[in-house]
Amino acid sequence: MRLRADRNLAVAIVAIVIALLPFIVPSFSTFELTYVGAYAIAILGLIVLTGMNGQISLGHGAFLAVGGYVVAILAHRFGLSFWLSIPIAAIVSGIVGIGLGFVALRLEGVYLALATFSLAVATPSILKRFGDLTGGVMGIVLPPVAAPKVLAGVLTPVQWFYYVTWAFAGVLFLVTARFLGGRVGRSLRALRDNEIAAVSFGVNPHFYKTLAFGWSAAFAGIAGALIAIPTAYVSPDSYSSLLSITLLIGAVLGGIDTMWGALAGGVMIEFLPLWVQKINNAAPSVVYGVALILVMLVMPGGIAGTLLRLVQRRPPAPGDAVLRRTEPTRAVEQ
Amino acid sequence: MSAAIPLLAVRGLTVRFGGLTALEDVSFEVTEGCIVGLIGPNGAGKTTCFNCITRLYEPTSGEIVFKGENLLRRAPYEVARSGITRTFQNLALFDRMSVIENVLVGYHSRYASGNGSGQAEEAVRREALRMLEYLGIAEVATRPAHGLSFGTRKSVELARALMAAPELLLLDEPAGGLNHDEVAALGATFKRICSDFKTTILMVEHHMRLVMGVSDHVVVLDSGRKIADGTPDVVQRNPAVIEAYLGAV
Repeated sequence: MRLRADRNLAVAIVAIVIALLPFIVPSFSTFELTYVGAYAIAILGLIVLTGMNGQISLGHGAFLAVGGYVVAILAHRFGLSFWLSIPIAAIVSGIVGIGLGFVALRLEGVYLALATFSLAVATPSILKRFGDLTGGVMGIVLPPVAAPKVLAGVLTPVQWFYYVTWAFAGVLFLVTARFLGGRVGRSLRALRDNEIAAVSFGVNPHFYKTLAFGWSAAFAGIAGALIAIPTAYVSPDSYSSLLSITLLIGAVLGGIDTMWGALAGGVMIEFLPLWVQKINNAAPSVVYGVALILVMLVMPGGIAGTLLRLVQRRPPAPGDAVLRRTEPTRAVEQ
Repeated sequence: MSAAIPLLAVRGLTVRFGGLTALEDVSFEVTEGCIVGLIGPNGAGKTTCFNCITRLYEPTSGEIVFKGENLLRRAPYEVARSGITRTFQNLALFDRMSVIENVLVGYHSRYASGNGSGQAEEAVRREALRMLEYLGIAEVATRPAHGLSFGTRKSVELARALMAAPELLLLDEPAGGLNHDEVAALGATFKRICSDFKTTILMVEHHMRLVMGVSDHVVVLDSGRKIADGTPDVVQRNPAVIEAYLGAV
């Protein structure tokens, strides 16, 4: 029980900090922190797919592109508000993800990584190819975000969309936590650890692996939409293959075995390149690379995984939380 | 005991891998409530037989009937729901999950379609914990499955398999790698499991004293063929069995 109480406390503190930040930090930082929320959602999807279910995707940038373009096209052509277009982006991206999930059933490890990576590589070309719909190389400009009239005097547009993004993040985190904590999460991880054993206990590998792909793709689609809207612009070059790699790096750096890793990873994706540039302006990518290697060497399990281990290192408690909840009863007389 | 319809009937089971014949026309039956031993020298095809029953291998020909239903029409992940679970010769635990989570995966086939959280989840967790207590490993409930001692890991596998409330429990070399004392305790454990959980056990085992001591019925395979089938007493006196184990007599 204590573990769960500790976790709830941590969640509450983080939620309060996120809620107060826009009133503390300057407007531009609020803008950046909006992106952190969107990246965190995308990484959360990767944690489900790669961390929990063991399927590697180097192509999640493609789903961000789907989400971004769905929102952009719907706004540009039909003037649809993003309240409607974001769920549509999630659905479209999720369906594409399920489609890719079917392909992934036949591929494992390195082969799956390469197949998904080829999707990431192809994304900009595909976007340019269907110029009638996507605006080709020029991309699509989105209408600026405006806070609803009631809140217009209270929140700036930047602050408004910050809250929209983090509200999405909050809901998606809660939903994910609920599913990962129960039968679905166990089935995903069982398939990751030992597929044959999982199948022998009734876990349908096709269902759960495809589910993981669709789930994480839908999240990436939402993230893509939440990035495109405040940026107010989508173009093929925003979705280079580097984006997909950055997302996976963010997940690994943040901690791919825990949902907290999504938060840490979102921060890393947004801010690590900037911090690195401050250290050495001449060779940012070198410093970036070294920072990555250092984090991986010093912090296996990523930032969140390492922090959790430090926090949880308390007096040895063999069979704690779970055991204490249950009265010692004999199962069957012997 | 319902002598009319056996719980499990294997008929004419043949498995070929390319040119290699792993099983050749093997037939035997498992009666409800019994402990049946499946024995034979290395390479006799015992584990292959298990893998056919759990649908990991597709037999070349033959049929496997469980509770009157053709098991070969089932997908591998449907076998547990039919009422058959197993342990593995080379332990197949979910290493990065805790012991209790491993056992909870064992419950997977028992979830009614739909809900699987809230109050039900708590009840399932308590049942999993009672299962660990039953097998004497409750103190490792929250530990990750890797890094436990071999014997404990085998118990976790057994707990996971029992958690599915199987009607037929397949044990693949349950005594393998255990020390003398652990093996000695195993026979009594199996008999207790049989009556406590109302389950039938089919086990592959090399440890003769254990098999002969605990089994109601023994099936002997050699080089993919069945060479004997009967009570432990009868099988032990069978010349073909003696020859298979000791070479020419």
